[in-house]
Amino acid sequence: MDQIRHKVAIVGAAETDDLGQLPHMSRLSLHAQAAKNALDDAGMSLADVDGLLCAGAIPNEVAEYLGIQPRYIDGTSVGGCSFMIHVRHAVAAIMAGYCDVALVTHGESGRSGVDAPHGGSASSPGGQYEAPFAIGGAPTTFSIPVLRHFHEYGTTKEHLAHIAAATRSWANLNPMAMMGSHRRAPERGGGPITPQDVLNSRMICYPFNLLDCCVVADGGGALVLVSEERAKDFAKDPVYVLGAGEAAAHWMVSQMRDHTTADGYRIAGEAAYKSAGLGPQDIDHCMFYDAFTFTPLMAAEDLGFVPKGEGGPFFAETKTGPDGEVIYKSGPGGDFPMNTNGGGLSYCHTGMYGMFAIIESVRQLRGECGDRQVPNVNVSMAHGPGGMFASAGTLILANA
Amino acid sequence: MADYAGRLPVATPESQPYWDGLKEHKLMLPTCDDCGPHFYPRPFCPTPDCFSWDIKWTQASGKGKVHTFVISHQPIPPYNSEDNPPPYVIAVIELEEGPRLMSNLIIDDPYTTTVDMDVEIVFDDVTDEVTLPKFKPV
Repeated sequence: MDQIRHKVAIVGAAETDDLGQLPHMSRLSLHAQAAKNALDDAGMSLADVDGLLCAGAIPNEVAEYLGIQPRYIDGTSVGGCSFMIHVRHAVAAIMAGYCDVALVTHGESGRSGVDAPHGGSASSPGGQYEAPFAIGGAPTTFSIPVLRHFHEYGTTKEHLAHIAAATRSWANLNPMAMMGSHRRAPERGGGPITPQDVLNSRMICYPFNLLDCCVVADGGGALVLVSEERAKDFAKDPVYVLGAGEAAAHWMVSQMRDHTTADGYRIAGEAAYKSAGLGPQDIDHCMFYDAFTFTPLMAAEDLGFVPKGEGGPFFAETKTGPDGEVIYKSGPGGDFPMNTNGGGLSYCHTGMYGMFAIIESVRQLRGECGDRQVPNVNVSMAHGPGGMFASAGTLILANA
Repeated sequence: MADYAGRLPVATPESQPYWDGLKEHKLMLPTCDDCGPHFYPRPFCPTPDCFSWDIKWTQASGKGKVHTFVISHQPIPPYNSEDNPPPYVIAVIELEEGPRLMSNLIIDDPYTTTVDMDVEIVFDDVTDEVTLPKFKPV
């Protein structure tokens, strides 16, 4: 399986011009603008693209909208980790010669709902066996495993609140982050937060308060991938795919085999480590999809960074900085730099956030992150779930 | 009951016996002779090394435990009226027979719910046609 290591590189990565409330942009125009920005980042044109991978849209829809006729398509659309899986599939497609230049696009009018798709049928398993019980989207379903984890391992809301505070600290260093100091005034909830602020925020769905939940936004992002040989010709340093994994574990969260373990995370993570020939100790920087505070905790455990059940105390560990400031485990200055763009919690979350996690991994590996740049990032992991821990995608990326 | 505001399931041919059972206030589970009952209803046994299509419907006791739960503060129908306001409990119930299913817990104070609490089924006739399996503490 190690034959994919270092064979394909990401040479372009970008978001849409803006993220947040974009009622003037439809789902497909978000795909298109992200594609434009990622191709500009790579110094390529749309005419170079012969492979198209997207989620939240049928590949034909996006191809027609862009005016291209790709010879390789992949419409894997399994939620937020679809783009990690697309990268994995693009690696295989480029290695097989199915395409030379793969464009991965994401666009979602998650807040404004301009051409947003509607939910499933009342006859689907979800329509019959979950929806009738007043399920109200992700806050009422992604939360389902949490209290079982609390019950079995003693994890607490205070533990989770530290993840929100740490992630906000990163957002305050990112000019694009919706809840960061640059974009949102303190009286509107922006800027620094403490774990106590998280616990004091409005209850959405116990055990999640408002600040345990991601933002809801419009936006998009895109990636361009080419072979290792071709990647050397670009102005910016290529970001190589060392390892990748994917999995489908269940669909409805009520049917999750073990509510304290994301089987998909384990399957995808093992495949990524195996193909990269690396382990958790080799990862310098993590982008762990954070739809809610609990989501990255599960990743840290199931991807082997901490033993099962110890994620809570791990993330709640703090130290004091030179000016008396609190340094969170996963925040700036902490020894487990995670979600350095400000995460789904404080940067942007369109509904399928995984694209943004990959973009931040690319930028950290290129050293483009300015105030929030983590020193010495040579290997980064971008990992996410799709649905409610239902599917998973893991990428191990490197700058050499 | 005609003005029930919540989302209603629509059965498929394969799940019709399940919903018909609930209407008669019976919790019926599709059951494989070798592997036992499963949820949600499929016309085969979803144990990969079995995959038998010889399925019988058996009646469950209606007893179980709260495997995990949340307390939703969202005004989602039918929990969106003055008579029936949030918060409300969404719970994964582990049936005595083994399978788990999503449901609501009918409980005076949602914050008294605990993981592994013993519960039993309540047949909630939400319309003339549809009965939902809900649970209450024993």
